[in-house]
Amino acid sequence: MSNHSAPELSQTELESAFKANLKTGVGRGIKHESGDKHVSGEALYIDDKLEFPNQLHVYVHTSTYAHAKILNIDTSASLTMPGVVSIITAQDVPGELDVGPVLKGDPLLADGIVEYYGQPIVAVAATSHEAALQAAKAIKVEYQPLTPILDVKEALEKQHFVQDSHQLVIGDSASALEKASHRLQNELYIGGQEHFYLETQVASVMPTEDGGMIVYSSTQNPTEVQKLVASVLGISMNKVLVDMRRMGGGFGGKETQAAPIACLCAVFAHLTGRPTKMRLPRAEDMSITGKRHPFYVRYDVGYDDDGRVSALNMELAGNCGYSPDLSGSIVDRAMFHADNAYFFEHATITGYRCKTNTASNTAYRGFGGPQGMVPTEDMFDAIARKLGKDPLDIRRVNYYGIDERNITPYHQTVEHNILPEITEELLATSDYYARREAIKTFNATSPILKKGLAFTPVKFGISFTNSFLNQAGALIHIYTDGTIHLNHGGTEMGQGLNTKVQQIVAQVFQVETDKIQVSATNTEKVPNTSPTAASSGTDLNGKAAQNAALIIKQRLIDFLISHYHVSSEDIEFNNGQIKVRDTYLSFESLINLAYLNQVSLSSTGFYKTPKIHYDRTTASGRPFYYFAYGLACCEVIVDSLTGEYHFTRTDILHDVGATLNPAIDIGQIEGGFVQGMGWLTSEELVWNEQGRLMTNGPASYKIPAITDMPNDLRVTLVESRKNPEDTVYHSKAVGEPPFMLGIAAWCAIKDAVASVGEYRFHPDIDAPATPERVLMGIESIRKQSVQKQSNRKQTNNP
Amino acid sequence: MIQFLLNQELRQEDNLDPNLTVLNYLRNERNKTGTKEGCASGDCGACSVVLAEDINGDLRYRSVNACLTFVSALHGKQLITVEDLKHQQNLHSTQQAMADCHGSQCGFCTPGFVMSLFALQKNTEQYDQAQTSEALAGNLCRCTGYRPIYEAAKQSCENQQSDHFDAQAAQTIARLKAIKPLSNTQLTGKNRHVYLPTSTQELAERYLQHPDAHLLAGGTDLALEVTQFHRTLDKLIYLGNVSEMKQITETDGMIEIGAAAPLTDCYSILSKHYPDFGDLLHRFASLQIRNQGTLGGNIANASPIGDSPPLLIALDAKVQLRQGDKTRLIPLEDYFLDYKKTVRQSSEFIEKILVPTPNLATFKAYKVSKRLDDDISAVCAAMNIEIQAGQVVSARLAFGGMAAIPKRASHCEQALVGQAWTQATIEAACGALALDFTPLSDFRASKEYRQLVAQNLLRKYFIETTSNPDYLITRVTAHV
Repeated sequence: MSNHSAPELSQTELESAFKANLKTGVGRGIKHESGDKHVSGEALYIDDKLEFPNQLHVYVHTSTYAHAKILNIDTSASLTMPGVVSIITAQDVPGELDVGPVLKGDPLLADGIVEYYGQPIVAVAATSHEAALQAAKAIKVEYQPLTPILDVKEALEKQHFVQDSHQLVIGDSASALEKASHRLQNELYIGGQEHFYLETQVASVMPTEDGGMIVYSSTQNPTEVQKLVASVLGISMNKVLVDMRRMGGGFGGKETQAAPIACLCAVFAHLTGRPTKMRLPRAEDMSITGKRHPFYVRYDVGYDDDGRVSALNMELAGNCGYSPDLSGSIVDRAMFHADNAYFFEHATITGYRCKTNTASNTAYRGFGGPQGMVPTEDMFDAIARKLGKDPLDIRRVNYYGIDERNITPYHQTVEHNILPEITEELLATSDYYARREAIKTFNATSPILKKGLAFTPVKFGISFTNSFLNQAGALIHIYTDGTIHLNHGGTEMGQGLNTKVQQIVAQVFQVETDKIQVSATNTEKVPNTSPTAASSGTDLNGKAAQNAALIIKQRLIDFLISHYHVSSEDIEFNNGQIKVRDTYLSFESLINLAYLNQVSLSSTGFYKTPKIHYDRTTASGRPFYYFAYGLACCEVIVDSLTGEYHFTRTDILHDVGATLNPAIDIGQIEGGFVQGMGWLTSEELVWNEQGRLMTNGPASYKIPAITDMPNDLRVTLVESRKNPEDTVYHSKAVGEPPFMLGIAAWCAIKDAVASVGEYRFHPDIDAPATPERVLMGIESIRKQSVQKQSNRKQTNNP
Repeated sequence: MIQFLLNQELRQEDNLDPNLTVLNYLRNERNKTGTKEGCASGDCGACSVVLAEDINGDLRYRSVNACLTFVSALHGKQLITVEDLKHQQNLHSTQQAMADCHGSQCGFCTPGFVMSLFALQKNTEQYDQAQTSEALAGNLCRCTGYRPIYEAAKQSCENQQSDHFDAQAAQTIARLKAIKPLSNTQLTGKNRHVYLPTSTQELAERYLQHPDAHLLAGGTDLALEVTQFHRTLDKLIYLGNVSEMKQITETDGMIEIGAAAPLTDCYSILSKHYPDFGDLLHRFASLQIRNQGTLGGNIANASPIGDSPPLLIALDAKVQLRQGDKTRLIPLEDYFLDYKKTVRQSSEFIEKILVPTPNLATFKAYKVSKRLDDDISAVCAAMNIEIQAGQVVSARLAFGGMAAIPKRASHCEQALVGQAWTQATIEAACGALALDFTPLSDFRASKEYRQLVAQNLLRKYFIETTSNPDYLITRVTAHV
């Protein structure tokens, strides 16, 4: 777009443009900035880039034991295979071998010992992917097997931990439990989850003349890739550039797990001087990289006749796999969300980081939060069956209050709680109570199919609980033709971050987003970035970009004041035009004028989240800047002879504050819900007795497909509700919170199962509720019903 | 040498590895990287492309998984990829719909969805949600939750407009006719060979000459040897051009299905006679797989979890085997000997499958899996029971997923035949069913679940045949 040929508009035309509104600014449901390129196939992912001449391809040979000493590695057959250029083991890594993100424990290649089935031991670089694969397969490793620990409960009992335990305490749960009028205990296994980003892990690395590396990595955390590439090579960070245009999905799976791939490429590039690429085939991706933490949970709860909880003791044991990775913070977040939306006067919540011989489990949308909420929602269902009440009524009496009953187990006060209010709204629009009655009638007359209904809330804390991570940077240039170049520290993985940040900058300058080019996230543009994680992408990077834009805008205003001898009140930016008292000029003209008058048109921006703090020694503070809320009402139909089910309707009401882009926000909510539903229904990870993952591809691991979407899915944003905190345009984070709306799907299935026993028994159905677990749950309820009836008969006929 | 149209470009390839998949051909040989690899196992659909064929002077468009399609399958066809849809800088209407409806987030699955939508649009007059679900069940999206993709399908199907493929149709057909497959074709590369016979006679002769060759029909299972198990297939005989073996005919009392007929082509006739067979075919893998995979292949690979054999056994289907000029007809239930072992002799192949009609019994089929779409059965059951005057006259029950081969439940059948059609008989038959099978536990299901579900499906059959189907819905699939 050249400004030179654009005809100058008259003052009248400029004025009329000034009075109109931006079409693509904040609050508009514009499409994803790459949407047109996604659909045409022109959007490039790393594996789509033209290969460099001389490029090498990497493949790894992985462990066939869950726990063993490595006695010998024989690469002789592989070395002579066609195309093979280099084969490395742990000893060949020039710098630091360990690539653990926070704590050590993750060797790039196994060093003398393997700790999970699938752990990389040897890496091969060859002239083609196929040659590298065949050579990796031909490597022989001799092992001395050691006893693995594969079960999280076994690890808990043996106190086999990767990190210390932590405890949240409010009140005195032990004595309150003693005094409670009712009390129940339960235990629950919650399954893990494979991220199943459609684009598997990939990196491409090019050596530079300075002994450094240009790294293309599909990562949520470019700075960490930069740091670790430097570290494994033993070079300084300023020699490593990381470039990340887009990921084909991340969901947390590319927060730490992307780095080893890039590091292996970098080692080969360093050793051979050749550009190097590594892409994991799906089965290797699923076997090598970590997943959502499976949890084992037990709870002991005391409650009154209304189902109001007086005391809770909950133990959350996260299966961290073989190394710490991010498990410390993940189990913390599980503990921080065991309360979900409910006030517990007396509670003790303990989190354990169990070590097992499986891949090191990692970040995944919700980051432990979902695993903390599931047992609590299970608990309310269990209480409801004991008391013969509707589970929703039990949930509602336990909601956090507005001005009282609002202290969390970590002693943060819940402010601006909108749940009671929006619950009324969704109850009305979902017609919950009428449908509840209709379902009871249906179930009484349907011998095989049973319907279930559940209504569950989400309250999710927003901020990295590791407080220092809550910072971000951005970089904006304006060129003399009035077009804008934007970079920020966040990464685009499909969530629409670039689009939202573009809209924010568009809003500040009052220009349309087509004037703003966002390019790849690049460590030379914005340094020291935090991972795009914890739903924080827009909150942090949007604010940083806004800051950069406001700095330049202020310079422009200052320039106008001096140039036109006006005051700041005389200047207004709107819809691509600037009004200076009674004169209008286009944004392009202003920029050109500012340039000619030597105004700097480039700025960085920075942001750090205020107010947050947490003290581990007292287990108290304000780890979260604010909370995002949501509600889901889910209806299911279950086949009581096979355990199969289908979701017929889901109503969602979700709080995004003042929406930056309703289309993107609704996309996050729908996608999050379906992903959460998948986690708790069909997505089952199965390992064999040797610790080998058997569900290592989409043939065996079943994420939701199109028919699994509820027939009738109604998603609504909570309207006219700005975030009371000073977030970017008073919006709220939306990446993770909707994931936990999927808990309603799990509870709905259990409600349908409970109908088989007239809602008197709580079905013990672990997550995920596969058709098999559902049918076994039904069988158990049928047996309990028969047992209870025969007991009653015996009592009646002594 | 093989010939095909790469969109509008005529390609003559005479030195391609017969183990090369269309996906790798596109990405590595032609530098067309719009088509993505998500799994290389035909389960995610990110690699979906469309093949157009001249069918009696009309172009027929079908979506397939490029990751499981060897290049030999392109011979005589037009290959259309996501890059070919945009025309003169304008997005195709299906692409525009996906963008307008926010159908892409990360964008990696999107080219595959676009190609499935393109094929759907070409095969439909108006929007139909069930047809959309069927067309897209083989495409996984991890970001959107699918609702906007349904919207995009609606927009694509409702606002159909003539596109550049329509404008060039006559020319495309003429060009396809000019490269119609001829006999005695073969493709060689990397010292591997694929023969592409065009008649049953030629096939029979080739197979006699090369008893060590792998027969390649749709390849949706065989290609996994290469893409997942990293083995090589040095000699192949591709059946897709043997038009006689793709015929489906109906004569008095018999449906004859050529062994190389894609499952998609089998749907209408089987569902006409046996609606449950049709319903099961809808859930048989995905449309992309059914467009390639054949009924003959599903039998020949002798998997214990193939979905069609239990149904065909319950219907007393037969297979015609051929070796050279010799043919023999055997009941399908006698075809399977043990895990992956069959009666098929060296150089012998399945020529056709014969399914008897009409059927005096009541035929019902059930597929139970973790996911409704595109999943392998934990248990697949087919029951064909004839009841006269309240008595069971005959019973053929066959199960998949319960043993090393698809197999009849003979104890169970014995417990039914001659008995009154009552709940008591069913319970006795359920007891007998436990003697028929000792299923295994694996990641799909435990043996306990398989056993219980098999029995419960018989109970369900009883309820379904003794209740009024108008008000009693018994399957969750009815609510999809």
